[in-house]
Amino acid sequence: MKRAVIGLVFLAVVAAIVVAAAWPRAEFVPASSSQAWAATPDNLARGAYLARAGDCMACHTARGGLPYAGGRALATPFGTVYAPNITPDAQTGIGAWSADDFWHALHNGIAPGGRLLYPAFPYPNMTKVTRADADALYAYLRSLAPARQPNRLHDLRFPYDRQIVLAGWRLLYFKPGVYAPQPARGADWNRGAYLVEGLGHCAACHSPRNGLGATGARLSGGQIPAIGWYAPALDADNEAGLGNWEQAHIVQLLRTGVAPRGAVFGPMAEVVGQSLQYLTEADAGAMAAYLKSLPGATEPRRPAAPPEENVMKAGRQLYEHACADCHGADGRGTRIAGQPAYPPLAGNGALTMADPVNAIRIVLNGGFPPATAGNPRPFGMPPYSVQLNDAEVAAVVTYVRNSWGNAAPAVTPPEVNRWRAVPLD
Amino acid sequence: MRLPVFRSALPFVASLLATLPHAAAAQPERGVPDTLGQRVAACTSCHGSPTRPPPTQGPDYYPRIAGKPAGYLYNQLQNFRAGRRQYPLMTYMVDHLSDDYLREIATYFSTQHVAAPVLARGSVPPGQLERGRELVLRGDATLKVPACVACHGQRLTGALPGIPGLVGLPRDYINAQFGAWRNGTRRAHTPDCMATIAGRLSLADVAAVSGWLASEPLPADPAPDADVAHPMPLECGSQPEARP
Repeated sequence: MKRAVIGLVFLAVVAAIVVAAAWPRAEFVPASSSQAWAATPDNLARGAYLARAGDCMACHTARGGLPYAGGRALATPFGTVYAPNITPDAQTGIGAWSADDFWHALHNGIAPGGRLLYPAFPYPNMTKVTRADADALYAYLRSLAPARQPNRLHDLRFPYDRQIVLAGWRLLYFKPGVYAPQPARGADWNRGAYLVEGLGHCAACHSPRNGLGATGARLSGGQIPAIGWYAPALDADNEAGLGNWEQAHIVQLLRTGVAPRGAVFGPMAEVVGQSLQYLTEADAGAMAAYLKSLPGATEPRRPAAPPEENVMKAGRQLYEHACADCHGADGRGTRIAGQPAYPPLAGNGALTMADPVNAIRIVLNGGFPPATAGNPRPFGMPPYSVQLNDAEVAAVVTYVRNSWGNAAPAVTPPEVNRWRAVPLD
Repeated sequence: MRLPVFRSALPFVASLLATLPHAAAAQPERGVPDTLGQRVAACTSCHGSPTRPPPTQGPDYYPRIAGKPAGYLYNQLQNFRAGRRQYPLMTYMVDHLSDDYLREIATYFSTQHVAAPVLARGSVPPGQLERGRELVLRGDATLKVPACVACHGQRLTGALPGIPGLVGLPRDYINAQFGAWRNGTRRAHTPDCMATIAGRLSLADVAAVSGWLASEPLPADPAPDADVAHPMPLECGSQPEARP
């Protein structure tokens, strides 16, 4: 009994020391000089480009709101987080921040005054950004028109609203550190890794999150919290399947939203539309090269039990009636005027993932890939939620998941129904 | 006992082999027309096309967009994207489309013509119909509500560039818009004239207006007027009085 008490006290002391040592878990890298964040044309242009690469505006702008003035709600399993105003307004934005303050926020996830930031702001990725790039971003954000728009307080449940809990989370899951290039790989690969793991914060969606909302180390796919879409694994050939894509097609997908092997929909349409389409061909190529190099899961997908014959028959009838004109009876998709118009369904990993949510939602809601410089007038897909009932959607999704060489578990009407009422916004 | 296992594995092996050529094959051209109509099939599946008019009644009702002024349609597409109108599926559709593309889509639909089924006049109570006709054609001075025709045109087909036609719409759609204006979920560029008017009408008056409008057939020439009659009874941000 006594020994147990001593043991507990010992553990508590160790834990206290560890917490103290970890608090506030920060690392400082000085700017090369004050010129690094000066409002020079070069800094501003580079900062603007990096802000695009980081898709900062997507979260820091409310629908219909002023750019970068914050207010967009991010639903999380722990409550709602509201992105703050990052325009240079002194009272409500970051106008009073120094370049070092900005660095601390981006690199360490700590706001001026020591307030710990919630990792809905993907600082576990942003920490990889170099000081020079952080300074260029700072210079760019300083150059925006200040918007007087007070931040909205986060609406998090207890205990997630406590800073001490966040400190514990950081202890477990956050380590500051600028991206360290791997000399064995080329400059191109390292540039891609820097963008994917850092500013691009691909892992925020494409990595599974644990019960405390921390992302894993690998881009092995994950359900995006609260919005329901599944971000496919980027390192597995049976999901996004980038390993067997031509690099040029990945670049095309990232920069235009469409490619011969697939098109982006849902949250990825936003990422391409607001961020990736603005990348240089070289940067998109570097990202593609890095993504293709990810080791990934090599185990072949388990053969699914073949779907029931009557479901396949019903699905085939629906497909031929509603889908075949555009996607082809052979499921190979369609080019129009030499450009990818309707993506192929045969061999399309987005359809055959274990989690069928994306295929179901695309049939229910249709949609457009983003309008981009490379694909300014995208072809749209009609929403079938009003024309097809749950059993019909289930049949047609099951059919496309199991035709032309595709093989994936059948989809049931209740699975379809579950995604009818999910917020689209 | 082994045979079923073997049998179930066969299609899988066959499917693996079948995947290979597809993965490498390019998408074929299939003679699908390179037209805007083809690009916006997502729109016509609900809003109708000449060959398939939209439903006007029932749980799923969609406004007829064909033939409305391009400026009005463009404003609405932008309003959905900016959250000034709220219909999640519409916002989802237009969220990542550019201004240029939205303008092109708006212009395309402004040149289309889709037949509009008309609500049977007999299905609206006579008293309600009479009140609706009065509000549409003459307005109500005591309520400070102008006649619909004062802005939407004597033929109720709207006016360029930003005033929509009011005939050929489902009754439920008209009711829903008045509800949205009243509770602030449908907004326009300020001053938001329709929000002001909706605030002055009782629900009974809204029902009267929608009953009359939905049962009024499209005129032979459904095109919008070239301009609204000036001066307009209310200032409208969507149709500024001073035109360049």
